[in-house]
Amino acid sequence: MTPHIELKDVRKSFGPKQVLRGLSIAVNKGRSLVVIGGSGTGKSVMLKCILGIIRPDSGEINVGGESVVGLRGTERDQLLLRFGMLFQGSALFDSLSVWENVAFGLTHGRGVARSAARDVAIDKLAQVGLTSDVGALYPAELSGGMQKRVALARAIAADPEIIFFDEPTTGLDPIMADVINNLIVDCVKRLGATTISITHDMASARKIADDIAMIHRGEIIWQGEANQVNRSGNAYVDQFIHGRAEGPIQMDVLRP
Amino acid sequence: MLQKPDAAASWNIAAHLGRAILNLLREIGLVTLFLKDMLAQGLTPTFYPRQIADQMLKIGYNSLPVVGLTAFFTGGALALQIYLGSSRFNAESLVASIVALGITRELGPVLAGLMVAGRVGAAIAAELGTMKVTEQIDALVTLATNPFKYLAAPRLIAAVITMPILVAIGDTIGIMGGYIVGTRSLGFNEYAYLKNTADFLKLDDFTSGLIKAAVFGFIIAVMGCYHGFNSRGGAQGVGRATTNAVVSSAILILAANFALTSLLFGD
Repeated sequence: MTPHIELKDVRKSFGPKQVLRGLSIAVNKGRSLVVIGGSGTGKSVMLKCILGIIRPDSGEINVGGESVVGLRGTERDQLLLRFGMLFQGSALFDSLSVWENVAFGLTHGRGVARSAARDVAIDKLAQVGLTSDVGALYPAELSGGMQKRVALARAIAADPEIIFFDEPTTGLDPIMADVINNLIVDCVKRLGATTISITHDMASARKIADDIAMIHRGEIIWQGEANQVNRSGNAYVDQFIHGRAEGPIQMDVLRP
Repeated sequence: MLQKPDAAASWNIAAHLGRAILNLLREIGLVTLFLKDMLAQGLTPTFYPRQIADQMLKIGYNSLPVVGLTAFFTGGALALQIYLGSSRFNAESLVASIVALGITRELGPVLAGLMVAGRVGAAIAAELGTMKVTEQIDALVTLATNPFKYLAAPRLIAAVITMPILVAIGDTIGIMGGYIVGTRSLGFNEYAYLKNTADFLKLDDFTSGLIKAAVFGFIIAVMGCYHGFNSRGGAQGVGRATTNAVVSSAILILAANFALTSLLFGD
């Protein structure tokens, strides 16, 4: 079976800094992959390469068995219509009301009429536990947790076949983080979507993952089923999941 | 403060100059590439009429008070100065016509351009810059919407259309400013002042100013979008983008004005 999303030996440098050093990974249809790893290891760049926001220097990226590197114009728009993405800072459009944000992919990307899109938006808001009167508010009037839920509603609004979650629980209190985790699991199950999430929150990773992969210095150094992560036998993974300062991963911190 | 070891080297004037020139050339190249994308992607279907209308309101209508006041006081001051200057050789009758020419050909478009660069150029760069650093522009892409079409093109189209309208209104108000000063404090006959203005002013004087205005609108929108889209690094980066947008469009407006004046009038 061809993987739904496949990256082969993807490399990307910014000036002298090599961010991705031959990253390879594959996700099968309907699976939820969580990529864990420290800050600055290339997690976000990996997602942006798949979406074509950043163009890799070399390597292959296939979605549904077809190469997507360097797509332009209509072909690129067609590809992006299959994706939804939840951004770390929510990235809601602050000039638009909540329901217009949720409906944006429908009204702008797909040409759905505003009134029809509004009904879909209200329905999606209900799925993330927000009432229809929230739809009339503006993003700046919402708390961080509510913004995250609106962003989740926006990501799933067009029923995408692939969804990316960029640090979905960062900056939320543990309870709201768990609410978001539950919503992610629910929404993904309902849609049957393939997902890639990146996070450094292990509680979140354990909850939403079918598979876990660890990225370190721009490469995947371990990959396995979520329940195997405690028995990985990999010193890097052990250090990360237990959050120890001592271990093979050295932070760039000046020691006293 | 600690002196860096290479402090002496950084005071090397040749090195400074070289670096500045290289940066300038690099920037010109980047703006050119950006402009190519902006025109090729932004000015082909799809268009967003709602966004264009919204920007025409923000860029054009909301700039009216600023442009009107600038033009009014400039027209008044111009009338006063020309009166003082021309009375030295009994040429006071020229006041009306020189005010009209000065406003329509040069001061109307240039001052409106500079004021709008400050108001609108800064607003465009700050808004797009904030959208960039908060990943709203990336979010737009993932929602299958091209940022050049959705964000840049409406601003460009609105600025190029509304600037000439703003300048036409500003020209009228500026001439009125001169008229009020001329008739109220300099003792010109009201009918004679208006007749002088109307007799002297040709359509070309007016349209040349409007052509300039459209070009200035283009410059303001392009520089605002370029600096906004390329801002990085949080609040400081957005601040830098805003400053750069205003300064670069002001300089380009003055340079373009010189070029256009020699093109339109020098034969």
